[in-house]
Order: sequence, then C-alpha cells, then structure tokens
Amino acid sequence: MATVTFDKATRIYPGTERPAVDALDLHVEDGEFLVLVGPSGCGKSTSLRMLAGLEDVNAGRILIGDRDVTDVQPKDRDIAMVFQNYALYPHMSVADNMGFALKIAGTPKADIRKRVEEAAKILDLTEYLDRKPKALSGGQRQRVAMGRAIVRQPQVFLMDEPLSNLDAKLRVQTRTQIASLQRRLGVTTVYVTHDQTEALTMGDRIAVLKDGLLQQVGTPREMYDTPSNVFVAGFIGSPAMNIGTFQLVEGGAQLGQTRIPLERSVISAVSPEDKGQITIGFRPEALDVVTQANEGAIPVKVLLVEELGSDAFVYGELAGAGAAAKEIHSGAGDAQIIVRVDPRSVPMKGDTLWVAIRPGERHVFSSATGSRIDV
Amino acid sequence: MAQSLQITAAAPDPALLDLPWHIPLEDWPSENLAALPRGISRHVVRFVKLSGRVIAVKEIGETVAYREYELLRALSRLDVPSVEPVGVITGRSTPDGERLEAVLITKHLQFSLPYRALFSQTLQPDTTGRLIDALAVLLVRLHLTGFYWGDVSLSNTLFRRDAETFAAYLVDAETGDLHQRLSDGQRGYDLEVARVNIIGELMDLEAGELLETGVDTVEVGARLVERYEELWATLTDAESFGSAERWRVAARIERLNELGFDVGELDITTDVDGTTVQIQPKVVDAGHHSRRLMRLTGLDVEENQARRLLNDLDAYRAATDRQGEDEEFAAHDWLTTVFEPAVRTVPRELRGKLEPAQMFHEMLDHRWYISSEQGRDVPMAEAVTSYIENVLRHRPDEKAVLGVDTAIIPQVE
Repeated sequence: MATVTFDKATRIYPGTERPAVDALDLHVEDGEFLVLVGPSGCGKSTSLRMLAGLEDVNAGRILIGDRDVTDVQPKDRDIAMVFQNYALYPHMSVADNMGFALKIAGTPKADIRKRVEEAAKILDLTEYLDRKPKALSGGQRQRVAMGRAIVRQPQVFLMDEPLSNLDAKLRVQTRTQIASLQRRLGVTTVYVTHDQTEALTMGDRIAVLKDGLLQQVGTPREMYDTPSNVFVAGFIGSPAMNIGTFQLVEGGAQLGQTRIPLERSVISAVSPEDKGQITIGFRPEALDVVTQANEGAIPVKVLLVEELGSDAFVYGELAGAGAAAKEIHSGAGDAQIIVRVDPRSVPMKGDTLWVAIRPGERHVFSSATGSRIDV
Repeated sequence: MAQSLQITAAAPDPALLDLPWHIPLEDWPSENLAALPRGISRHVVRFVKLSGRVIAVKEIGETVAYREYELLRALSRLDVPSVEPVGVITGRSTPDGERLEAVLITKHLQFSLPYRALFSQTLQPDTTGRLIDALAVLLVRLHLTGFYWGDVSLSNTLFRRDAETFAAYLVDAETGDLHQRLSDGQRGYDLEVARVNIIGELMDLEAGELLETGVDTVEVGARLVERYEELWATLTDAESFGSAERWRVAARIERLNELGFDVGELDITTDVDGTTVQIQPKVVDAGHHSRRLMRLTGLDVEENQARRLLNDLDAYRAATDRQGEDEEFAAHDWLTTVFEPAVRTVPRELRGKLEPAQMFHEMLDHRWYISSEQGRDVPMAEAVTSYIENVLRHRPDEKAVLGVDTAIIPQVE
C-alpha cells in the first residue's frame, strides 16, 4: 500500500497550447479513496491516465509511495485498473477466473489459492469458488472481476468512470459496494467520475478539476460547506447552488429589490477589480420561507414545483427585478432560483415566495476572481 | 407502442424499423435471430437477420454506444480492419413505458471466424501461433494510426482466413480511443492487456480440453509481445549507415514491402559533413500486395491471399511468355482465363464455405499436392474438380459462423 503524489504534473497534448492537466499538485494518503471530478474536458481522466502511465508527463513528477514512476511502464507501476475487463472464462472455475493473472506471473499455487480465498471472503464468493461462472448472478460476476484486481494486491486501484455503463439502479448499488469494499481492503484508490453525487457519496476526499486546473481538494463536507470558488460552489451539490451577481451598496449587496447585508470584513475584501460587484451563493436547502418584512428577503416568482415526497423544490425567478433577474442563476439554468420547501406546504405556480438565506449558509465570492471571501 | 426511436445511421435500412425494439434484446424471438445466443458476455449481444444479411446488435449505454459508433466509423475511414458500424438506436421502451438500453448495430463480417470456432474445428498445426501473428499485425496497424484499444483479446477480434495465415479484425472498440500519436505507455499497456487476456483465453480453452496439445499458454502470450515488438521496430525504427551504403534505403523499403507494408513517407537526414545517413519510416500503410492486386485485377482480397494470387499471376506470365508485355494486360487475361473459371466451377451450394480468393489459394495448394503425388503436372481444371470433390465438399460453411461457444460445441476430431 502506498501514497500517490502528483508533483506539478503537467500534460500538454501535441498541437495544443493549453495544458490538459496544468501543474497538478495532489497528495493521496495511504488507503485513501480520492475522487477526481469535473465536467468533461477538465483533465480528470488525463490525470488518472498519467498516474496509470498511459499518458506522458510533460513536466513535473508522479510518485507512488516514495518511488518516482514518471517514466515507468504501466505494467511495472504496481497499479490495477479495475473494471476495465470483466469477461469471464466459461470453462474455468470462479477461483481460476480470479487467480489466473497470478498464475501467469508465476506465483506459487498455494499462494494463489490463499489470496483467492481471502478475496472471495471479502467479496462473499467463498461458496462459489469451485463452480463455473455460469452459475453466478450478474452482480456476483462483477464481484469476480473485482476479485481479479484484488488478488494481485496492487499498491493503488484506479477506476475510470466504472459505473457509466450500468443502469441507474445497479449504479447506486455498485457505488455502495465499491465504497465499502475499498474501505475494507484499505487500498489507496483514485476514482474518476463526472458525477458529483458519486463523488460526494464515495470519496474520502474529492478533487475538483476544471480546464486542467485543480480547483479545490477536500472532504465532501468541506467541498459542500466551504467551496473555495464559484465553480466548485456551482458544481458540488444537487440541485446546484443559486449564484447571483449583486451590486455593492452601503453596508450590503443589492439585486433588484433584494438587499443582503454584508459584514464589514467582507466589504473590505472587495478590490477595485470587482468593479463594485460581488457574487453571492446560497443553496436551495439553505433558504427559509419568510415574509417580505424580513431583512434580506428574496422574492421568488414560482414557475414550477417539483414534489419528490421527502422534499419539494420550487423553480422560480427573481421577482420584481426586471433585467437584473438575469444576474442570478442555478443548476436549473439562467435567471432561475431553486428553493427547497416543506413538502407539506408547497406554493402554487404564479405565487411569489419570500425567502431568506439561513445565517451562516451564505457564500460570498469575488466577482472578478471567483475566489471565496471568508467572513 | 410508447416509444419514439432515434436511429442514427449513415445508410439506414428501413427494415431496421421492423425489428422488435420494444423487447429487451435478451428476449428477442428466435425468428429474428440468425444464431442462438451463447456464451458469457459483458453485454447482451444478438445476431439478427436483416434484409438477407446478418447484423450484430449489442445493448449498451447510450453515450458509450454513440462513442463506439463514431470510433468504428473513424477506423473504417482510416482503413483499419474492423467491423463496420451500421448505427445506434436510442429511445427504446417497452409497451409499459419501461426504458430499454440503447443498441449499437454492426455488420456481421462475412467469412470471419471467432477464435473459439477455430478451436472447435480440426486444427491445422500451429493455429494458435498463426492467430497470434495476425493479432500482432492488427495491433501494430491500430497503434500506427493512433488507436489505443484498451481491451485487446482474442474474443474482441474476428479472424478471416488469409491463404495459410489469418487476418485479424477489431470487433469491440468500447474501451478504445483515437489519439494523434500513442505514448509508449499506451502501447505498452495495450500489449500487456493483450498478453494477459490471450493467456487467460487460452487457459480457458485448455480447461475445456479444446486447446491443441503441447501449447504453452504463457509462451503464446510472450510470442504476441515478441512479434509485435519486432514488427513495430521494423516499421518505425531509425537506421543509420555510412553515405556509401545508400543501397540500404532501397533495402529497407523492400523489407517493409516484403512484410506487406508500403512506405508513404521516409525521413532521410544526413549529418553535417554528409558521412552518415539516417532513415526512418514516417508513414507506412499495410496492404502492399492487396493494393497491387486490386490495381491489376480489381480483386479485393486479404494481404497473403493477394501475395499468393500475384505469384500465380507471375507464373502465368512466365508460362505464356508475356513477361515483356504490360502487366495490366496479362493480369486481365489471367483473371478471365485462370482465376474466374476456377472459382466459377464451384457449385453454388458450396460457395458459402470459403471466400473465392481463399478457395483459389487452396486450389493451388491442392494442385501442387496431387501433382507431386501423381508425378505429373496436373492441369488447373482437373485440379479444381478434384479439389471441389475431395476437399471443399467436406469443409464446414464459414460464411456466417456466429457467436460460437465452445462450452457447448464439442471439438470435431
């Protein structure tokens, strides 16, 4: 087992100017489950492939443990790409299906059997070891494939969107399985996905990338509570955070009729580059329904109510703001606000709802740089 | 039917609409199927009859389906041996409105053989080795075009007979990626995956007692790596020599031609004082012999079949004393008086056994064999009749060998 370190690792594809991965600095602890997440083209898969040895590293280094593997061939890195191939061999027993790579490597028979039995125990496959794969269910077959990677006892597991091929139900199931299995095995794992829900539910820590640049790395809680910039704020969380560009006014920020008071420390952090503007974010679940009289109340004209049983979400737009309504957006699209409301008292379409940001759940960012401004 | 299908295809066949897309592929009625479902595969795959042809239908996630479709199209355009994509169908649902997985449709490659089918037939010596050699050539060709396969294996490959060898075709591009140029890491990883998969597949045949005796599976895996590296070096390595040895430029090109490759671009650099020359092939294209045969006769055949046919054409020119004449004229006459009469002699009902060029290759072999047996020069017409009765008639049909599973089919002794 080992740590993984990206040390200013850079990948520039031939014929392009902007690096696909730009001076990535990232340290994965021994036994940690790290998820690389971001929109397509952000560099997450390239980063993983650099670690796997499939992509050349143009600058910087990659280390597994203390060993610099930057120029080491993939097969000599002691890593396992999980899920790439789970074709099972019909004539071979489940045990042989799991252990054949060790046999190829010349591992003594007794060792192979021992490692296969250990893996089978973790995977709940012990009673099937001497059967043929035909006797297994779909889920069990998938576990055999995992077993193949486990018996090799690699230092690091790499997984590149392993669930993208599965239907929604199996995806949720497999997600939980992989996460709990990884914790039981304690093998350092780097996992790539474009799905922030997958990232939040599986990772010990999450690294968000965009345009080849690392935006933030932290625990799911940190990413959710204190996103370090506007991009991470909008990317992590579902439904996405509402984010608006407000005008700075005396003691606060104004958008349409709404005036949100700001602390002195926030106002003093604003620079001339911000041109008198400030970006404020608030999650759909960080809003309370209030009355118009409430300080900082935001009027939302209800366009659609989505009832999910346990929750209800209002999709609306900033009311009475005219053209300024365009300055606020959310995961539902431009000029929209999402509010989570009590599913037992939902407003009607066309109503105007007054909401206020719960204390401590407001996020403020520089409008020029997008960086978080701490209170 | 509560579904609105979205069909993406370059040349859609309206008959596609008549297939039962509202039923999960797993439950398709046998009247639609060209072969019974067999084997353990990652996805549900069925061979389906369509307008007198056979298509392969695979249920797979929508984004992956489109991706693989585009990749296969790109590979076809690059002239890499691979199955031809027909299209992608999305928006499927059952009459109850339950969503069904998207499908990717490819054409079945006629006269191709899954490796498991080859092991269920009477084997010629070293079949395994010849399959591996074919796969090494395919992998080199893919890597030269910048294609990273990700999951190289015998089961993701189809084989066509090519004279005494095989030609390999890529079937499954799901894990693949096209790059401008592959890194050594990508090539190395593909090769390692190939090695491990092939050994695994052969160990499986061994466990099913289907492998020819005396095959060392690990050794076979090593042979792939060795063949690949040999061929890659010959095709891409730079070579330096003194300026007096300029004949080595021509020799290199000849060596590549001999391996079946044309040199599209060769880098030649000399050092400052001009005493040494360095050459390095930059663009090489497979199909040296098949292109030449195509130009002369219009026949579109595999590389080694072309080599064999070209040799026979040379023999014909020598025998008819036409070596001084334009090659095109002699080739035309050879085609109409030698090749076509021979393959046309084959009764219609036997034509599904082998491709014409492969039959012709075997006819030439047979002629040589009976000639030496009888101690006389057996004329072609006589040899052809003998071949049809004594060899071809007893061969299995290979036009559409589909989804064979050796767990079910016993080996023919």
